[in-house]
Formats: sequence, C-alpha cells, structure tokens
Amino acid sequence: MKSSHGHSRGGRTRRANLGERLVLLGPGGLYLAAFFVVPLVLVVGYAFLTPSRFGGATAPVSFDSISRLAEPVYRRVIATSVVLALAATVFALLIGYPAALAIARLPRRWRTIALVAVVLPFWTNFLIRMYAWIVLLNNEGLINRILRGLSVTDEPIALMNNRPAIVLGLVYAYLPLMILPLYSAIERLDPQLGEAATNLGASAVTRFRTITLPLTTQGALTGALFVFVPSLANFIVPELLGGGKTATIGTLARDQYLETRNWPFGSSVTLVVLVIVGLIVAAQSRFARRYGANA
Amino acid sequence: MRGPVGAWGRVHLALTYAFLYLPILVLVGLSFNRSGLATTWGGFSTKWYGELRHNADIREGLRNTLIVAVGTTVLATILGTLLAVGIQRHVRNPVIEAVFVAPAVMPDIVLAVGLLLLYTLVDFTLGLTSVLLSHTLFCMAFVTAVVRTRLQHVDSSLEEAARDLGDTAVGVFVRITLPGLAPGIVAAALLSFTLSLDEFVIAFFTNGPTTPTLPQVIYSNVRFGVKPDINALASVLLLVSTVAVLTAQRFARFTDTIERQ
Repeated sequence: MKSSHGHSRGGRTRRANLGERLVLLGPGGLYLAAFFVVPLVLVVGYAFLTPSRFGGATAPVSFDSISRLAEPVYRRVIATSVVLALAATVFALLIGYPAALAIARLPRRWRTIALVAVVLPFWTNFLIRMYAWIVLLNNEGLINRILRGLSVTDEPIALMNNRPAIVLGLVYAYLPLMILPLYSAIERLDPQLGEAATNLGASAVTRFRTITLPLTTQGALTGALFVFVPSLANFIVPELLGGGKTATIGTLARDQYLETRNWPFGSSVTLVVLVIVGLIVAAQSRFARRYGANA
Repeated sequence: MRGPVGAWGRVHLALTYAFLYLPILVLVGLSFNRSGLATTWGGFSTKWYGELRHNADIREGLRNTLIVAVGTTVLATILGTLLAVGIQRHVRNPVIEAVFVAPAVMPDIVLAVGLLLLYTLVDFTLGLTSVLLSHTLFCMAFVTAVVRTRLQHVDSSLEEAARDLGDTAVGVFVRITLPGLAPGIVAAALLSFTLSLDEFVIAFFTNGPTTPTLPQVIYSNVRFGVKPDINALASVLLLVSTVAVLTAQRFARFTDTIERQ
C-alpha cells in the first residue's frame, strides 16, 4: 500500500523495494527497538513491581511505588520541580521572544550568524556551562568580589545554593531551545499580512497583537516544551547551582536509582516525567490540528 | 514587518548574547590566570594547561571519552544515514518518523534510567561499551535529522537516471546518493562526536565504576568548588565543541534541522 508511493517515485519492483527497506530501515529500526522502546517499556513495567534488596525488582505486581508518589514529601518534590521548570520557561519566553523578534528583523546575512551564535553555547558541555556560573556566583566569586569592591556589601551575598540560582541555570541552559522555534515561527510570517494591516491603518501595537502574536503562539509552545521538559527532569542544576538542598524529580530519580537503589520507586518517579511529556505533546498536537500547522 | 530592528530590540539582543557568552568568556579568561583564583589576577600564564597533562584522572577520562566518542560517531553515523535515506524513501507515517527522532528530544534521565534497567536485566557488564551503545542511540537520532535535511536538497533525478541506465541499487547508493549526502554526513558525524564527548547524565547511569568519562571526571571535581586546572580543561573542551559545531555548520546548515523540528 505504502510502497505505491515509492513505486511511482522510483519505478522499482516491489521485491527490490522490500529488500531496500530492510537494509535501510532494518539496522536503525532494530537498534531503536532494543535501546529505546524496550527501555521505555522497562521503566513503565518496573514502576509496578516490588523492589528487591539491592536494586532490581521482583514479582508480585504492586502499586505501592506509584502510590508513594502521593505522599506529602513526594507531592512537594513534584510541585517544586514543576514550579522551578515553569519559572524557567516563563523567563526563557520573556528573554527569548524579543530576541527572536530582533533576530528575524536583522539583515538576511546577519540572521544565520545570529542564530548560530544562539545555538553554539547549547552544543558545549552542560557541566562546564553550569560551572561557569559557579565561578561567577560563589561567595568568593567574581560578582561578590565586584560588589565588595564597590562597597555595596561587606559580607558575601548568597547568590547560589538557592532556588533562584536553579532557575537562572535552567534559563541559561535551555534559552537557545526557546529562541529557535520562536525564530522560525516569526520568520515564516507572511510580510504581506503586516503590510495589509498597516495599509488598513493598524498601529504597530495592533499589528503585533492581532498578527504576530497569534501566528507565533505555536512556536512559543514548542519552545516552552523544549525548555520545560528538560528543566523538569534535570538533576545537575539543582545539585551544582542549588547546592543539593532542593529535591526535584531529577534528583529524586537519581537518588532512588543510584543511592537508595529502590528501582521500582525510581521508575515511578521517572514515569511522572514521561506522563507529563506525553500530556504536553498530546495537548500540543491537538492545538496544532485545531489552528493549522504553523510550526 | 521587515523594517529595521528597533533600538530596544537591538539592546535586548545584545544583552541576550552577553548573558549567553559572558560566563563562558570569564571562565576562559580565568584559565589563563596565574594565581588560579577567580578574584585576583596574577598575570597571564598557561601553566594550568600544562598541569592538565600531569593529571592522571583527566588523562584517563580523556582516553575513555575518546574511545566512546569515536565508536559512537562511527556507529551512529552509519545507522543514522541509512535510516535517513530509508525514512525519506519509504516512511510516509509522521508518527513513525517522529519515533525515529524521539531519542534526541527525550529527557536524558529517562533514557539513562531505561538503559540501566535494560543492561541490568540482560546482565550486560556496565563499562565503556554500554556507554558507547547508549550514546549511539541519541546520536543516531541527531544524525537521522541532519542527514534528512540534506536529503531534501538533493536532486533525486540523478538517482533515477543512474537506475534507468542499469546501475544496481547498491551502485546507485554508493555512487550517487552517498556523495550527494556527504556534507550532511560529515556535519552529522561532527555533531555526534561533540554530543558524545560532552554527554554526562547517560554516562553517569550506564558506565561502570572503573572507567569514568571526562564529563564524569569534571562532575566529581566541580561539585567541590572552583579549581584552576578545571578552568583550563573546560576551555579546551569549549574550543573543541565550538570548532566542531562551526565546521558542521559550514558543511550543512544544520540550524535548519533544529528549526524544522
């Protein structure tokens, strides 16, 4: 059925077509099945088993791990993670939207350079980027030194090992992922729409509110997804910039797996991430279907 | 709408770039500070770079990381290129297409945890091989995405002509398809290499205790504050990533790939 497409394009026989499919899609497909699909199934499955003593899990099927998530301690951990990730998303949007707008209005040959400059930090080592903030923010760090030099303060100010520092780190880490989809949404806007609006007497504010903003909402949602999801699951930022004092979904999953070694509970925690990701992706594709594919 | 950038827009953009780059530049600057302190400038010196060579942990980490990154790059580039061509020619279902790039966007901790469960279940000893296999998973997804972007710019009429002239499917693939894709493949390989070189979370979960990768060595160091030789190491790694990514960008405008996702 589907091969009829390939048929009309390539004009090859059906059998050669099948052989080619196997060679091209087989190895990668098997790899994906073994190292992606099976692990995801295992995460879901382990969440419903009984923990064994030193890691691992055994029968019988149990809902204890999942229901533990409802305990006040863990509810608070999940809520904290969501709030931190939301804060990071909002700040990334507030910084990223005007930045994407400004890049889209640069002369054409500058735009590529500006975009590469946005993504470049994202491709460098994550730990090093967080470490760079430790260098700036710690009690003996550069900013405290400058503040003391300017006699703003005598005592070092605690700029890290707190929650605002976690949000800062997350924004810094994922801002490029907000700017890129926003930029491509803005770039795709039909300039004629704006011209038509101007000709009809719309002000710059009206133009932005009635054309640019609604038509770039899809891009903003994609960007929000790209910032929110990794922020939620991150354990490095809470550890390095938060001083390990704030438990998040990420730190909880890490501790359950590598320290407490309660794998069913660790899997339950990871499942929370998967469910939230699934819900957002589903909501987003519904939104995309309703308002046309603008992203 | 294309009018000149408003003054506020430019100021905002400049501040955004300052935010993205100042921390990194400060770090690189400090790596040349003789005093090794963040707060006192002791004069220009490359002595911390010299110290790197004598640090056994770092040398060991570098060796492990290179083994993993090179193996990952080879494996992911082959698998991802085949997949990209296969998807382009044979997959019309957007959901299946999405599954093939999903490992690239899935939070790393989910992959890390799932892979740890898999290796433990089948009794696969954790070590550099398990890290290599894990890195190949998400690098393969990036390769697929980058090579597919390139495929959309390649003229398929050449392949059809070669086929009409009686070349075999393999012959067409080797003589026509691959050379046309070469820039995309080189870019994808470079990106795989940097991704693997810098990856920490999955290595942290799926590596054995005796073979830490370079990011794992960095992690155990930066948890306990600022260290001057780590400044130097960080600068070297930043340079490697930057060169690799800019070269990849020259070969194939991979930023197009990211925009399209």
